[in-house]
Amino acid sequence: MTDFWKSNQRRIAPWLFLAPGLFMFAVYVIIPIFQSLWISLYDWDGLGAKVWIGTANYVELWDDDAFYTSLKNNVIWLILYLLAVPAGLFIAIFLNQTITGMRLYKSLFFFPFVISQVVVGLIFSWFYAPDFGLFYKLIELLTGQSIAILADDRFVTYGIIAAGLWPQIAYVMILYLTGLNNVAPDQIEAARLDGAKGWRMLWYVVLPQLRPATFIAVVVTVIGALRSFDLVSIMTDGGPYGSSRVLSFYMYEQALSEYGYRMGYGAAIAVVLFAIMMVFISGFIWKMWRDESER
Amino acid sequence: MVHYARGALALTAALLMTTAAVAQDKRVVKYNADYDPAPLAAMEQVIADFEAANPDIDIQLNNFDHEGYKTAIRNFLTADAPDLANWYAGNRMAPFVTSGQFMDVSDVWEANGLKDSLGSALASMTIDGKQWGVPYTYYQWGIYFNRDAYKAAGVDVPGPEGVSWDQFVSNCEKFAAAGIDCITTGTKALWPGAGIFDYLNLRTNGYEFHMDLTAGKVAWTDDKVRATFAEWAKIQPYVTKNHAAIDWQDAAALLVQGKAANYVMGNFAVAVFKEGGMTNDNLGFMGFPEITPGIARAEEAPTDTVHIPSGAKNVDDAKKFLAYLASADAQNKINAAMGQLPINKASTVADDPFLQAGFQMLSTADGGIAQFFDRDAPAEMAKAGMEGFQEFMVKPENLDAILERLEKIRQKVYQ
Repeated sequence: MTDFWKSNQRRIAPWLFLAPGLFMFAVYVIIPIFQSLWISLYDWDGLGAKVWIGTANYVELWDDDAFYTSLKNNVIWLILYLLAVPAGLFIAIFLNQTITGMRLYKSLFFFPFVISQVVVGLIFSWFYAPDFGLFYKLIELLTGQSIAILADDRFVTYGIIAAGLWPQIAYVMILYLTGLNNVAPDQIEAARLDGAKGWRMLWYVVLPQLRPATFIAVVVTVIGALRSFDLVSIMTDGGPYGSSRVLSFYMYEQALSEYGYRMGYGAAIAVVLFAIMMVFISGFIWKMWRDESER
Repeated sequence: MVHYARGALALTAALLMTTAAVAQDKRVVKYNADYDPAPLAAMEQVIADFEAANPDIDIQLNNFDHEGYKTAIRNFLTADAPDLANWYAGNRMAPFVTSGQFMDVSDVWEANGLKDSLGSALASMTIDGKQWGVPYTYYQWGIYFNRDAYKAAGVDVPGPEGVSWDQFVSNCEKFAAAGIDCITTGTKALWPGAGIFDYLNLRTNGYEFHMDLTAGKVAWTDDKVRATFAEWAKIQPYVTKNHAAIDWQDAAALLVQGKAANYVMGNFAVAVFKEGGMTNDNLGFMGFPEITPGIARAEEAPTDTVHIPSGAKNVDDAKKFLAYLASADAQNKINAAMGQLPINKASTVADDPFLQAGFQMLSTADGGIAQFFDRDAPAEMAKAGMEGFQEFMVKPENLDAILERLEKIRQKVYQ
């Protein structure tokens, strides 16, 4: 036994250290993925017996208006949420100065990311609230029209995304601020001697050095957009008449909410969302792998 | 989720009772519920009385947040079932009955003569010829109105007999001219809109048709359904504009402030109106106006119930408590505190003008008593229906698309 241990110690030890993590990952991530795939092939109310229905849930999804509304909203989320990257970069560069009290300003800008998404949702709901909301009053003053953002199917998704952008920009800003700390001063110096200024300096000298930060910022923003759920749930509950649903919320609604007793259908939505996420995640992993292996 | 420790109360009760000086090994009954503060206090009193009569039983009440309870119940029924659990009558309990999560309590009904004493709720507690729980309270829906708003707009204040439908619609025009919302509601949580639909449909097409519709026997594209929406279209322009963005309590505030005149609501809203400063002098109540002449008058009165989960461990004592809860005495007590109506026919209605009016209205309803849209229709249909009602109140021009969507869902849900 001890001989075996001695001769194989170096090969076994990493696996021993990995074991707790792998176990948790398998139990809470890998196995549930396959369970969801499996449940999506059944008609099940979460309480009684499961009935095998094959791909019927997916066939139903294909013909479900609410599913397409959710999908469309997810695409809008994805595109608009990415605005957090340039906006965060802009604020980070703006804050990357040495002025007295800069630490205070930085932490104030970071503040929205610290407060809970639930609180963000509530703040913005009041901001948009008809009759007394600040934004509502402002629009009324400027245009004479009274628009309740969260009750209007034309604006509701954009209203929620704006709320989501507020903390997301702060998050991206912090990523860039740490990145800016690592920008080599000698290269800036050299570029300056060569006469680079403004946009050219940013584009050709600073940004290439910020590539790792940009990569992380894009990854967290894309994932954040796709899994958006809390803000929708708090601000509108998917309403008015389901026009602000996103896939993750629709899944919850069908499987787990007050009127949702369709585990199989919910699982099918989850599988579709997973497939969409997989496209991005494999893209990111492929890029990371390429970066690490070729350089 | 609030874990309510019954220990302290049980201790004081034990100290008060001289006979129970020695602590005994009590048989525990676990009870999961979702009471608001006032009913919670009343239920504690009912439990204390029951425990005084049955000193060997200890009821442990575990009170949940009202909204959280609706999703939590599915977990605890399957994972860690209590001996008693709160829920609702009608189709709302069907998922738990058909999946075998609720226990058949027909023997409790039989042994205590409840089919007679709780007769008005028998139909809504029966699935497959068996009873699945015991109802302890219900409340009427109707139109609550602000007398001051009527006076401000120069409209005659309705008497206890209410107004005719044409009168109601023409009143709305006057309210609009005075800058007051004729009807207010807050449909952010969807269900308040269903109350308006239920009454319009009951008044336009009658109880039988309404029940057939919620049971999936009639198409949503039926002309009679369209007739209901045609009546709705008459008052749609006078409903609070931003109702989809506000909760029902926000709409109640509009009524209290006199910015709105009428509110189709359940009697539980009276407490909110009065907290806002209204009194019996300026808060009025009337039944929903008759639309189709001569149709038997049906009313809406949702019933709240207590059930025994199939996984219960102490079934015998749980059944004892159900029998006690069905008694006139217990129902008097809890309903006086909740401001609602007891179901036992031997019980008395509290001395409150709104409860008295509601009792009068319900006991003379010859058409029938509906539960509520989300209790009469199965979950998926209810959700889709209420979204449709909300959409119609915002965009009445989408009616055809809404009805076609609901019809598509009906064909899927009731197979």
